[in-house]
Amino acid sequence: MQYIPNILFCIALAAGIGYFTLNIRKIIRNIKLGQKVDASDNISQRWSNVFRIALGQSKMVVRPIPGLLHIIVYLGFIIINIEVLEIIIDGIFGTHRIFSSLGGFYGFLIASFEILALLVFVSVVLFWLRRNVLKLQRFWKPEMKGWPKNDGNFILYFEMVLMALFLLMNATDLHFQEMNNGNIISKHIAGFFNGTPESTQHIIERTAWWLHILGILVFLNYLYFSKHLHIILAFPNVYLGKVVPKGKFKNLDSVTAEVKMMMDPNVDPFAAPAEGATEAPAKFGASDVMDLNQIQLLNAYTCTECGRCTSECPANITGKKLSPRKIMMDTRDRLEEVGKNINKNGEFKPDGKQLLDDYITREELWACTTCNACVEACPVSIDPLSIIMDMRQYLVMEQSAAPMELNGAMTNIENNGAPWPYNQMDRLNWKDEN
Amino acid sequence: MSEQIKVPTMAEYMAQGKQPEILFWVGCAGSFDDRAKKITKAFVKILNKANIDFAVLGTEESCTGDPAKRAGNEFLFQMQAMGNIEVLNGYEVKKIVTACPHCFNTIKNEYPGLGGNYEIMHHTQFLKSLMEEGRLKVEGGKFKGKRITFHDPCYLGRANGEYEAPRELLQKLEVELVEMKRCKTRGLCCGAGGAQMFKEPEAGKKDINVERTEEALETAPKIIAAACPFCNTMMTDGVKAKHAEDNVQVLDIAEMIANAEDL
Repeated sequence: MQYIPNILFCIALAAGIGYFTLNIRKIIRNIKLGQKVDASDNISQRWSNVFRIALGQSKMVVRPIPGLLHIIVYLGFIIINIEVLEIIIDGIFGTHRIFSSLGGFYGFLIASFEILALLVFVSVVLFWLRRNVLKLQRFWKPEMKGWPKNDGNFILYFEMVLMALFLLMNATDLHFQEMNNGNIISKHIAGFFNGTPESTQHIIERTAWWLHILGILVFLNYLYFSKHLHIILAFPNVYLGKVVPKGKFKNLDSVTAEVKMMMDPNVDPFAAPAEGATEAPAKFGASDVMDLNQIQLLNAYTCTECGRCTSECPANITGKKLSPRKIMMDTRDRLEEVGKNINKNGEFKPDGKQLLDDYITREELWACTTCNACVEACPVSIDPLSIIMDMRQYLVMEQSAAPMELNGAMTNIENNGAPWPYNQMDRLNWKDEN
Repeated sequence: MSEQIKVPTMAEYMAQGKQPEILFWVGCAGSFDDRAKKITKAFVKILNKANIDFAVLGTEESCTGDPAKRAGNEFLFQMQAMGNIEVLNGYEVKKIVTACPHCFNTIKNEYPGLGGNYEIMHHTQFLKSLMEEGRLKVEGGKFKGKRITFHDPCYLGRANGEYEAPRELLQKLEVELVEMKRCKTRGLCCGAGGAQMFKEPEAGKKDINVERTEEALETAPKIIAAACPFCNTMMTDGVKAKHAEDNVQVLDIAEMIANAEDL
């Protein structure tokens, strides 16, 4: 009988990690629905980005207040996880505070955990106030209604409760309090329990211990359903982020081949395609998530909906429908929909829907100035602009559905080499004008 | 105009069997837009003054394809690009300078993949290098001490990381440079990029150029300095929309340098 807690713990741990693994595999499968993309270049630059932007949080501190609060929560998350290691070992083997034999060093560790736990708790409360009391604009945009809004708050509640449980667990651990080693915050909470019988304190401690570890496992599994995946995906996403100048948009190789052929006077237009020649792709640009590349799909899962992109977007600032954050949220929502379709049918069965129009409207796409403010603003190197560009390519090259004035400008470029209807032969007239 | 400007073409150079030091890529705006033509001429005057050996393509120049690409028309972009690259490679062009950040970005970043490899500079970078080499003297003159704000073009700044060259030129002009709240990496677009210049904006509560101009006017400048013909147009329109054209001028940095010298 005495092994029941150990067994229950192992079952909970296996279930928690197992279900999470299952969902991570779904994410990987979904991302692989995208087009392959080569990211084997600029390796040192990529690692440097991981250290600077992901680990170093360099983009977060562009806005100092949320940046600082975020660094506290981030450090807390990473460092307090060392404590989770002890909890897991204790849980499996039925030990109690197995690392406490480390003596003074253990005290140092626990003291840092406790201080961080308190700081994280305070930061998370401040985050909650920013969202719900100060009502910062970027958290109240149209795309943040319903689930995205609740999701943001649920995460904060989770973190508040987990931190509170951690401190409560330490405060009511009589053995730990007697050691008086590292209980820097919890000893003040322990004071509240002076009159409480030891047996009750023990029950509170055990309950807090169990709720804390179960809470962590539930939170781990919540990630897949939430915007909070960035705590894992930010790292690969930053590694795979754009490493060329932001102004460099990719040239479509398939188009290059066709244009070269068009401009080559020696090409026989009636020639049969060469044996083994790669076929032209089925379509130019993107109208659905499968047309996007794998990095763009990873971007969508990584987005934590902070809205820094949207708050810097000139179109959004001036009241247009475009919101770069919504582009990312729509991409993820559609990808999840496609994923569920595959779960159900074994393979993707056309559902009469696509990313274009059913999620992202043309009006949003045409409002973009390609200014790269969203790309610059993203703390985890997401590139919403590349998705907008791919979808514009689909609209123009597959559907000839550019806004009318743009068609005019493009016709001019084609006919007379300038977006305006001036003759190319007049290009040097300015020289002699006064 | 005090004297005739000298604008040789690549064809003329070729006929003499010579290569100029730089090719000045004028761009569509610089060639056809009445406002932008003034920037082109101001830049040429500076080149003439500094005795820079340059040429233009003239009627052989064509749109780089930037607006087509940003509108999503990759076909048209690549046709333009390959046509231009053929001309440039035919003249064995090595170094290009342009006063348009969009042409600059396209030639710098998107032409190499299509066989067009050149050293390309934005005119603010080139003027800065002339200054550093002692080939061009820039002095405050009539702009000394004037309150001026600089609007970062997206395709020079964020797109290519150049924030300092225009500012260094302004400092040489001894102006009082006041930054807008959103500047450098966080500079707000003028609203013209991504082919927006050639279409009506989508429905919203304000035009982007008005939003940006309001921000510029908050710094109470005498001049809004620009470094892109499209930004120039957008900001000029913004200033007019705010009825501030009697007090605030929108000038390209090349125009300021030429004016300071009374060229």
